[in-house]
Amino acid sequence: MTPIAITMMIIAILTVGGGLALALLNLKRHPEDEGALPEEHAPEL
Amino acid sequence: MSSAAAKSSPGAGAAAPAKRETFSTRRLFILSAIGSAVGLGNIWRFPYIAYDNGGGAFLIPYLVALLTAGIPLLFLDYAVGHKFRGSAPLAYRRLHRVAEPLGWWQVLVCFVIAAYYAVIIAWSLMYTLFSFTEAWGDDAEGYFFGSFLRVAEAPGIGFSYVPSVFFPLLLVWIAVIVIMVAGIRKGISRANSILLPLLVVMFVLLVVQSLFLPGAAEGLNAFFTPDWSALADPSVWAAAYGHIFFSLSVGYGIMVTYSSYLKRRTDLTGSGMVVAFANSGFEILAGIGVFAALGFMAQAAGAGVNDVVTQGIGLAFVAFPTIVSQAPFGAVMGVLFFGSLVFAGVTSLISVLEVIVAAVQDKLGWGRIKASLVVSGLVAAVSLALFPTATGLYLLDTSDAFVNSFGITLGALVTVMVLAWFLRKLPLLSAHLNHISTIKMRRTWMVLVAGVVPLALIYMVSSEFISKISTTYEGYPEWFVGLFGWGMAGALVVLALVLTFIPWSRTSKAHHDPEYQSMMDEEEEETAR
Repeated sequence: MTPIAITMMIIAILTVGGGLALALLNLKRHPEDEGALPEEHAPEL
Repeated sequence: MSSAAAKSSPGAGAAAPAKRETFSTRRLFILSAIGSAVGLGNIWRFPYIAYDNGGGAFLIPYLVALLTAGIPLLFLDYAVGHKFRGSAPLAYRRLHRVAEPLGWWQVLVCFVIAAYYAVIIAWSLMYTLFSFTEAWGDDAEGYFFGSFLRVAEAPGIGFSYVPSVFFPLLLVWIAVIVIMVAGIRKGISRANSILLPLLVVMFVLLVVQSLFLPGAAEGLNAFFTPDWSALADPSVWAAAYGHIFFSLSVGYGIMVTYSSYLKRRTDLTGSGMVVAFANSGFEILAGIGVFAALGFMAQAAGAGVNDVVTQGIGLAFVAFPTIVSQAPFGAVMGVLFFGSLVFAGVTSLISVLEVIVAAVQDKLGWGRIKASLVVSGLVAAVSLALFPTATGLYLLDTSDAFVNSFGITLGALVTVMVLAWFLRKLPLLSAHLNHISTIKMRRTWMVLVAGVVPLALIYMVSSEFISKISTTYEGYPEWFVGLFGWGMAGALVVLALVLTFIPWSRTSKAHHDPEYQSMMDEEEEETAR
């Protein structure tokens, strides 16, 4: 592969992967409110 | 609607409606939303669009489009569905009565998409099996259009059924109906929690295998080498915005419906960011896998990558079978590729169907099983009657082109304009997002939704309109395009208005929904404090 293609591939992976990592980190820092989880299955099930 | 209004509502005396289903956890919602967004387009459309619009340089307009239009529109859908807790028609009706037809329009768009989308899954299912025997021999194109689809010489309405497509399609519909009948938790959540991880594992294996093929580096050079001059071309930016709208499953009811199944206090924007970037991550992965394989194909043919590059049906059912025949361990590669198409297709198809099922449940007050069976059965019947025929490919091609341009895109434009400019509901929706989410959407979000998104959509709709009006689509007969293209697109709008005027059942949630009512009361109390 040419250096410019390798560079662009790394930038693409790092940008999108970094965005995903940050989004996941944000969710981890704000865990789900377990108290608000539904307690039972919907009756029609 | 106040609680007093609910008490005096016509359905107040009726039996309490079934409690609305929910995703049991945020993780399952995120998996299902990613499963919906990651579809066939990620695998067979994005790589070509990126290559054709500047290669590595396309990353810039792509990310700009993602951040300025895709994600804002995704959050708009989330806000509508979650705040008004209903299927698309019910949610828009609760937002404002005049907005209800928008919801029905989205439901009808989903009906058309579901009918033909299942057919491609059926083809992929058969090609997964064909990979073992390389049934296409030395002529993948001739086999696909001739022996497999038995495509008629000219477009038309024909009922010459092709058993090799009909029976796999029937199988796909049976599997999908089982998932739909099982409901949100036991069906959709469970299917996504199994199929999505499987899809990712299979696709990663496919990418790894492709990277070790001779010529893969040349394919990646073609994909990632930037053409910076493309950034000065407006059509490249339009392609980026166009792709993002289709890729994220926004603007046609799916995310409105899915977010309505979230529990009350859920981090909408935080979850949405994961969905958006996971979808983009899969697209980049697909680009690497597809172009590594195309690089191998080009080398084997003694041609350049630009000579073999293609997209859509041509990539999946002509180029890839050729690669499977030539590559070492080709059968494994075929199973991984076509299996990925099946899994990506099924997780998207169930999300499209859910838009219709939820709408029928809400409108008629039906239970899950009845609504799923009737709706899925009806879509399956249309799908089985029209598409596994010798003329099915022409019908699929035409309905796909017109429902994308004048169903999804035009529908998204009208929805955004009505919400942002006519009803001016963005401050209300922004407040809802910010009340429960970690990443705040304030003035910038409203400017993007009210300004950038409509501008991009106007450009897309008008260029599609000009292109489709200037020449008859694909040179098909005018009556055929008029009926299944323009006629179908126009009929969706008329039918949406008709469905709006049909009264909601007395047992529907539009009249009597204690769950929604108590939520509204709580919100009113919180606002008053």
